[in-house]
Amino acid sequence: MPAITRQEVARLAELARIALQPDELDRMAGQLDTIVEAIRTVTEAAGGDVPATSHPIALVNIYRPDVVRPSLTVAQALQSAPAEEDDQFKVPQILGEEP
Amino acid sequence: MSDLTRLTAAEMAGLLAGGQVSSVELTKAHLERIDQVDPAVHAFLQTLPEVALAEAAAADQARRDGEQLAELAGVPVAVKDVLATKGLRTTCGSRILENWIPAYDATVVRKVREARLPVLGKTNMDEFAMGSSTEHSAYGPTHNPWDLERVPGGSGGGSAAAVGAFEAPLALGSDTGGSIRQPAAVTGTVGAKPTYGGVSRYGLVAMASSLDQVGPVARNVLDTALLHEVIGGHDPMDQTSLNEPVPPVAEMARRGLAGDVKGLRIGVVAELGGRGYQQGVMDRFQEALKLLADLGVEIQEVSCPSFSYALPAYYLIMPSEASSNLARFDAMRYGLRVTPAEGPATVEAVMGATREAGFGPEVKRRIILGTYALSAGYYDAYYGSAQKVRTLIQRDFESAWENVDMLVSPTVPTTAFKLGEKLEDPLSMYLQDVATIPANLAGTPGISVPSGLAEDGLPTGFQVVGPARADAYLYQLAGALEAALVDKWGGPLLDSAPDLVALAAGGQTAGDAGSGGRGIGHQDGPTGGAK
Repeated sequence: MPAITRQEVARLAELARIALQPDELDRMAGQLDTIVEAIRTVTEAAGGDVPATSHPIALVNIYRPDVVRPSLTVAQALQSAPAEEDDQFKVPQILGEEP
Repeated sequence: MSDLTRLTAAEMAGLLAGGQVSSVELTKAHLERIDQVDPAVHAFLQTLPEVALAEAAAADQARRDGEQLAELAGVPVAVKDVLATKGLRTTCGSRILENWIPAYDATVVRKVREARLPVLGKTNMDEFAMGSSTEHSAYGPTHNPWDLERVPGGSGGGSAAAVGAFEAPLALGSDTGGSIRQPAAVTGTVGAKPTYGGVSRYGLVAMASSLDQVGPVARNVLDTALLHEVIGGHDPMDQTSLNEPVPPVAEMARRGLAGDVKGLRIGVVAELGGRGYQQGVMDRFQEALKLLADLGVEIQEVSCPSFSYALPAYYLIMPSEASSNLARFDAMRYGLRVTPAEGPATVEAVMGATREAGFGPEVKRRIILGTYALSAGYYDAYYGSAQKVRTLIQRDFESAWENVDMLVSPTVPTTAFKLGEKLEDPLSMYLQDVATIPANLAGTPGISVPSGLAEDGLPTGFQVVGPARADAYLYQLAGALEAALVDKWGGPLLDSAPDLVALAAGGQTAGDAGSGGRGIGHQDGPTGGAK
């Protein structure tokens, strides 16, 4: 049985907010299955006692001085916006229709 | 001056300092070269003649005014289109950012501008730096200057091809799993991935934040080091930036170029060679080792057993981080917005339609793969295991450093493949990066220098990887190898690359022109000589 079915890809695409077309779902299911098969070996590589590394070089958080720095103007922030109104980003409706 | 574009960046800097050439002349020469050969190479997504010439004129004026100038002031540079340029379109090779005009410069772009290097243009790349061939650019592939029917590597194929085709002496790249070093290897150029945090990532459009690193691209080791010094150093705008001085990379490159490497100890990684590696790649690698041994470098074999898990771990960590990073492309604040043809145009529907239309197949593949690796039920098995492998790889490096100063391997298992050859086989494309990925997972520096031409007449690369913060020693070893090889060949490797102007004018394909070491006039040429 394939690790990643077409149905699984459709669910993942929905989570990732990509409206994949039917032919893409078919193609990607096959490709992802091959890829996951090949990378599955990681599960056998490390025992339970090996700590995880999330970052290559260990650093600790530091704080910058609490002073005001220049930032983008409203015009700069909006200069590549797909839509704007009254100096604000204009977005599509947030909620869908009631069923 | 016969052809300014053939000079090294260091030579250009010398002529500028001596008043024998102006930055405007240098910049014009490169813009003309771009006009001549870029229709065939397609290294650039966008050239910036007005901007570059204005910056060049300003550099010349500053020199006349007696300002204290950086060594490379006035030498032009190309910038990978993954780096934000204020007021200038930055696409990342993607449709979703086709019309994005950043409101700020990436720190490295600001630094090259402050050092007065005119920016010639933005170079082509795989979309969001995802790929090893530059074929995943939404704006068409870049062609390898050695053979126009072959890929220039990726994701930074545009930057590598630009310097390889003498369209720019210097370029900026980014390296997440090999995107600077692999293109360098397959185009006969030089590229370095600095220590993670050694060069600011502010303004670099993120793919995988724990792996991404900006770095220099050039035609030789010294030029690469000089550019490294321009862009390196601490940046408060990047939380992962190391608060440390830039290592003396140019000084150590010069030491290496003078042959001073006696006593350095290097380890040949047992796991990165042999099976799966092209014969000509291995032959050039072995010959390079011999040259280094002759210079007094101590060589031993080193085993890094966990490196065989590096590729699988990378293809879990990278897509996981990429799927999170690319969530920002949501069609709300900037970039493409596509309204679905049917149904209610809610935020979710607009996002889905926009990302469907705006992302190419490889980006979608990696986002879906990352979403899978991070989803409930798989997280511990996949992402968790991959992070443990990352620890094991760091341990392999740590134990290697007990016995050797640096590790070496071929940069890439093969020479450049044909355009289209691996597009439908993602896994075989991923294998291109098998030797470069371990350095990203461990945050260590790496550099690729040309080692010659394989049996197919195409360039091969020699990779040096060292401990974190040891960038300068990599340049020393790479410089020594370059000097020894150039001496053996009777000139730089790129002297034997095909004449692109003739190719572009004659409509002849690069394959017909042949690239088997002709024109070098030396018995022991880049293919290793008579055998």
